[in-house]
Amino acid sequence: MSEATASKAGADDDYLSWQSRPRRILTVYLPLACFIFVLLFPFYWMTITTFKPNAELYDYKNFNPFWVVEPTLANIKRLLFETSYPRWLMTTMLVAVCSTVLSIFASVLAAYAIQRLRFRGANAVGLAIYLAYLVPPSILFIPLATMVFQLGLFDSPLALILTYPTFLIPFCTWLLIGYFKSIPYELEECALMDGASRLQILRRITLPLAVPGLISAGIFSFTLSWNEFIYALAFISSSEKKTVPVAILTELVQGDVYQWGSLMAGSLLGSLPVAIFYSFFVDYYVSSLTGAVKE
Amino acid sequence: MSGVTSAELPWNPRRAERGWLARLLDSKPFLIAICLFPAVGLLLTFLTYPLGLGIWLAFTDTHIGRGGVFVGFENFESLWYDRVFWSAVFYTVFYTAVATVLKFGLGLWLALLLNEKVPFKSLIRAIILMPWIVPTVLSAITFWWIYDAQFSIISYVLVDVLGWKDSYIDFLGTPWHARWSLIAANVWRGIPFVAISLLAGLQTISPSLYEAALLDGASPWQRFTKITFPLLLPILAVVLTFSVLFTFTDFQLVYAITRGGPINSTHLMATLAFQRGIPGGQLGEGAAIAVSMIPFLLFATLFSYFALARRKWQQGGSDE
Repeated sequence: MSEATASKAGADDDYLSWQSRPRRILTVYLPLACFIFVLLFPFYWMTITTFKPNAELYDYKNFNPFWVVEPTLANIKRLLFETSYPRWLMTTMLVAVCSTVLSIFASVLAAYAIQRLRFRGANAVGLAIYLAYLVPPSILFIPLATMVFQLGLFDSPLALILTYPTFLIPFCTWLLIGYFKSIPYELEECALMDGASRLQILRRITLPLAVPGLISAGIFSFTLSWNEFIYALAFISSSEKKTVPVAILTELVQGDVYQWGSLMAGSLLGSLPVAIFYSFFVDYYVSSLTGAVKE
Repeated sequence: MSGVTSAELPWNPRRAERGWLARLLDSKPFLIAICLFPAVGLLLTFLTYPLGLGIWLAFTDTHIGRGGVFVGFENFESLWYDRVFWSAVFYTVFYTAVATVLKFGLGLWLALLLNEKVPFKSLIRAIILMPWIVPTVLSAITFWWIYDAQFSIISYVLVDVLGWKDSYIDFLGTPWHARWSLIAANVWRGIPFVAISLLAGLQTISPSLYEAALLDGASPWQRFTKITFPLLLPILAVVLTFSVLFTFTDFQLVYAITRGGPINSTHLMATLAFQRGIPGGQLGEGAAIAVSMIPFLLFATLFSYFALARRKWQQGGSDE
């Protein structure tokens, strides 16, 4: 593909010489810069607010709001030591990791069965799982809330660990079916001839070859569960068991005077884990996003 | 690949000594059942069953802590005369329509820009996805701060730096300002997904088509309408369906920024269902509002299905 891009770029240079440099700046670089500025500005604003002391935060007359004169760590300190933020972070991590592992486990088996065990109705099952992705949490949370209550899981992280796979499994299964499809079937046939069992084949041949797919599915699931909001809002009530997104909105926003410094510090620290995680696996992330759409 | 030969495989086939478990695991129907069980079991329990339960709840008068009885269409009847409900339906449709048009317009533009030869392309692509991966609620809180009535940075720039306006804008204080502010935040969050997906579609278009068009003297606009757009259409249809579906059922952004205010003007159907169902305790009525979204979702799903089917047909019936 890089070859294709390169040859296209070459074509641009050869044929589009009328597109002079100033014109290119106006039509390509300037709009692109605007896009990047708008897309990133809220993050800059989040960060700069986090480090502002209150005196600067609410005084635009004497201080330039775009910059911080005396950066302070007071907001972050308050967040870490005067609220249950570390506990919220732990809960979120626990829920995200457990639901990701559970979803990947279920998805690998399901994708393998659908793609490789070749039974009648495999395509129908695949389509049904795909359709499950189209059922949004917004119409499920009320009945799920009654179920969670009846199962005695209300206010327990287990409720989230069990319900998050409903939107993770369809996506992961679909992604992994695509990956399994790209692994030559002959490899499995050879192993079958040699007397390997199906599960051995899955463990020793298919899974090692599908590692990039597993990583993509894992990253995606982790991010999605980290970001989930509506179930966590509906199923968890006690303060110390909340996940980060819910806790920041419901615990830090009190009364009419908002502590914007702490709120932004909370948002920044809540975004950082996913952002760092994401930065390590950008390529997997992009490929899983685009791969899922292309399927 | 050639390295994996039968001689190197570490296992040792001992077919004769296998116990009943191994033989059971080699029987294909059993294996299929056991492989599908975790995924299908979880989905049936926590997705299909609640979906049915939700439809049932919509026809009962269930409250939190008290089981309900079947009341027929009573919930829907009371919603029919509920002005807040209709305002939520209106805003949901309006929000979805405007946000989708803007997201796709701007997203397509961004994808086309990224498809040009620009330096640091992969870095740009990586940072552009940031709004999409950061938890929506947290970026929504940032927008809340950006839209603050007294300390909005946008107002500051417009009034104190550029001098285009005389007074600070009350972004979230009046119904229409709040509605547009929420749409802007949704578009901001949605552009990366659209742009990156469409960019992937653009990169599959063969450059030789453009070269041929150039030799034939096609203008840039002609190249866009005759080559880029038609070849992008299948992927556009899929991304569009997902985007419409998730914008229509959006919850987080509105709940975080306005919670439906001012005077219930920015309620989406999902936030209204939540407000009536969970804090309000009227699970039956909340479920009825949620169920009212299903016809729209069915429409979007069917659209997606036929777009996919058409794509297969275009490719001569073969998968990628």
